[in-house]
Amino acid sequence: MKFLEKYLHKMEPHFIKGGKYEKWNPLFETMATFAFTPKLVTTKGTHIRDGVDLKRTMMTVVLAMVPCLLFGIYNTGHWAEVAEAGNRNLDFWANGGAKFMTGLWVVLPIIVVSYGVGLSIEFLFGFLRGHSLHEGFLVSGMLIPLCMPADVPLWMVGVATAFAVIIGKEIFGGTGMNILNIALTARAFLFFAYPTSMSGDKVWMAGDEVDGFTGSTALGDLATFMSDKPTIAGEQVLGNGLEAYANSYSFLDSVLGIIPGSIGETSLIAILIGALILLGTGVGSFRIMASFFIGGYVMGLILNAFGGNEFLDLPAHFHLAIGGFAFGAVFMATDPVTASQTETGKIIYGFLGGFLAIMIRVLNPAYPEGVFLAILFMNVMAPIIDHYVVQGNIKRRLKRVKTT
Amino acid sequence: MSKTVKLKKGLNIRLIGAANKVKTEVAMPKMVSIKPSDFHGMTPKMLVKEGQEVKAGTIIFQDKYNEPIKFSSPVSGEIEKIVRGEKRRILEVLISTSQNQEFEISEIRSVESMSNDEVKSTMLASGLWPFVKQRPLDIVANPINEPKSIFVSAFDSSPLAPDFNYVLQGKNKEFNAGMEVLKKLTSGKVHLTINGKATAESTFTDVKGVEINKIVGKHPAGNVGTQIHHIDPVNKGEFVWTVNAQDVSIIGRYFLNGKYNAKRTIALTGSEIKNPHYIDTIIGANVADILEGQITSDNVRVISGNVLTGDKISKDGYLGFYHNQITVIPEGNEYKFFLTTGWLGLGFDKFSNSRLFPTFILPKSKKFRLDTNTNGEERAFVVTGELERVFPFDILPMQLAKAAITDDIDGMENLGIYEVAPEDFALCEYVCTTKIDIQDKIRQGLDLIASECM
Repeated sequence: MKFLEKYLHKMEPHFIKGGKYEKWNPLFETMATFAFTPKLVTTKGTHIRDGVDLKRTMMTVVLAMVPCLLFGIYNTGHWAEVAEAGNRNLDFWANGGAKFMTGLWVVLPIIVVSYGVGLSIEFLFGFLRGHSLHEGFLVSGMLIPLCMPADVPLWMVGVATAFAVIIGKEIFGGTGMNILNIALTARAFLFFAYPTSMSGDKVWMAGDEVDGFTGSTALGDLATFMSDKPTIAGEQVLGNGLEAYANSYSFLDSVLGIIPGSIGETSLIAILIGALILLGTGVGSFRIMASFFIGGYVMGLILNAFGGNEFLDLPAHFHLAIGGFAFGAVFMATDPVTASQTETGKIIYGFLGGFLAIMIRVLNPAYPEGVFLAILFMNVMAPIIDHYVVQGNIKRRLKRVKTT
Repeated sequence: MSKTVKLKKGLNIRLIGAANKVKTEVAMPKMVSIKPSDFHGMTPKMLVKEGQEVKAGTIIFQDKYNEPIKFSSPVSGEIEKIVRGEKRRILEVLISTSQNQEFEISEIRSVESMSNDEVKSTMLASGLWPFVKQRPLDIVANPINEPKSIFVSAFDSSPLAPDFNYVLQGKNKEFNAGMEVLKKLTSGKVHLTINGKATAESTFTDVKGVEINKIVGKHPAGNVGTQIHHIDPVNKGEFVWTVNAQDVSIIGRYFLNGKYNAKRTIALTGSEIKNPHYIDTIIGANVADILEGQITSDNVRVISGNVLTGDKISKDGYLGFYHNQITVIPEGNEYKFFLTTGWLGLGFDKFSNSRLFPTFILPKSKKFRLDTNTNGEERAFVVTGELERVFPFDILPMQLAKAAITDDIDGMENLGIYEVAPEDFALCEYVCTTKIDIQDKIRQGLDLIASECM
């Protein structure tokens, strides 16, 4: 890599202040610092620094999402075929190569649009503020595609990404300053701006469904139980009762992820591999993840205790495996910038997040995908939780004065 | 009542180049320097002129805004130069040493027979006072205040730090006398904290009339700030004084012999030192002779003090007033390709507290050769929970740092700024993913507190 380093040394004078391409410095710096850890040395304070930096941290999160991405691509391919054939009973594992290619054809453009739009805006703000690209969007750019339905139009992905990056992040000051999770902001934006493209039973499978076939998800079907009049879809797929539901989406299927849903969210196993990477490296907070799952499970049990219809009676562990719950718990709720920042706060934050997610999912049939709303709500609440934890710390130390 | 404190949090940075327990005496340095910048927030008022002859112990300057605090020359010789910077600010006072060392001689009196005020005024008049530092603010103690206790740490846990058991071995008499002096300075207790894991020398264990506490844990267990927090924490309006263990023995020496003898044993450490060992030298000594033939390469950084809190000095620079060690490590001013030695490499050569690097699977005996590269660029705070892992205080480090950055005085007061010194945040700064200069921010916060609240 010596030639690259030499080239870098040669080009550097042009991009620093007073150089020919001074204006392009943020772009140059981004490229240079990506290829090489810069030659910055400590100037004050400690003379040595830990090896870890934000680039490595963020790259680890991206790596943790790869299992979800790969499975999501395959799953998207599978359900595209199902929609085309109009038959839900196709063998999931048959014809794998073709399914993967179909899925790739659908998913790759979404990723390209998400990164393309997001990074362009980030660079634009980089030029305005005179700093190189900050790494936060590396993760957001991958999260956005993974929480989209497969059939989402590409322009919507672009608009949502732009909205999330500008309104969700850059106006607050960029990476590390945002209040709301970027990817969820994008999803929420689409959900409320273009509800027909983000919910219902037409969007979860890529391509056109054949007539008379509904591409509904487990959550969509479950939500029909909550309505007074079951829709045609509900009757068609489920007949009556929970048993029919379990036939259609068994717990095992939900864990494996061979059910329709947003691109990256379906497979609990792929998500748990990601969770292991995040927890193993210490990037993701165990407190948040665990308490989020516990919160969801507890709410599921409470709903079971009341019972009344099939959705309320759905065993609590089903809730953890379907929809975006696990994906949200592992990748969204643990975003350190928007989550609680105190160690005690993280437990409260996670628990309430999971609790609310299932509450919204079940009790409000208009929003079966309650997870993202719950996490966004908790993002807003996180500073308040932290405030009380910090006050607790302050009070504890004030008490010390009286006792001594 | 002595206490035993056990710490769970902390981090021992395992560096190559700990000093072997061999002591060599180098010749008296030709030049010594006293740097006013070693005494944070102090503005010197010179009492000597360039070319004037001084003896060891002659007062050379005093604090312009707190005149009883005086600073003395560690050697006899001639004031070579008063180096000034912008706006004629005094950067350092250079003193060339004479062949025969002469001392200012004062009357020898036993400490027991002296009153508290006499001890204090003797220390002030002789220039010994700057050895006494205070919390809050981590500055030279203001003699007007009444400290509720005085803390001395009998060990240094920072990377490659000298072993005080070795350095002060056999200096029982001096150290004891120094502790007697400290006892006179407070109506409260004098705490001497020893390492609970190692056996302490009789220098420390034989001291009578003080609280001997034990502390067990990783760095910053040896930091006096950690010990104060767990044994007798500082609240608003209270003062705790601290003295470095070697400086206690210098103080003791003065009261025993009537001479200010600023000799101290320092450790010559670091991966770029050929033969790390101990050296007897003097406060403010020029390091050029000490480093002669010891440095392995040209591209190195010489640090007066340890790698976490020390000051960068040049190869012919001077030892700091409070420092007990010189560390030499490689400079990291070169590009590192991201896949090999850079940010995405395997990183077996990097020491990290996070599990993003394989440090945690390597054996504990493996030591590292770390350079001064920041290993990344500065960003806004993103990662949470990492500072807490190395900060054994019941204080929220990130929240306090943020309050300091935003000049939030109320926030800082509530979150515990009175208990901390920048050095307590050194490990936080080391592990910070986003490379924020936390020690500097805390210092700025303390300066604001000093000007607004003290």
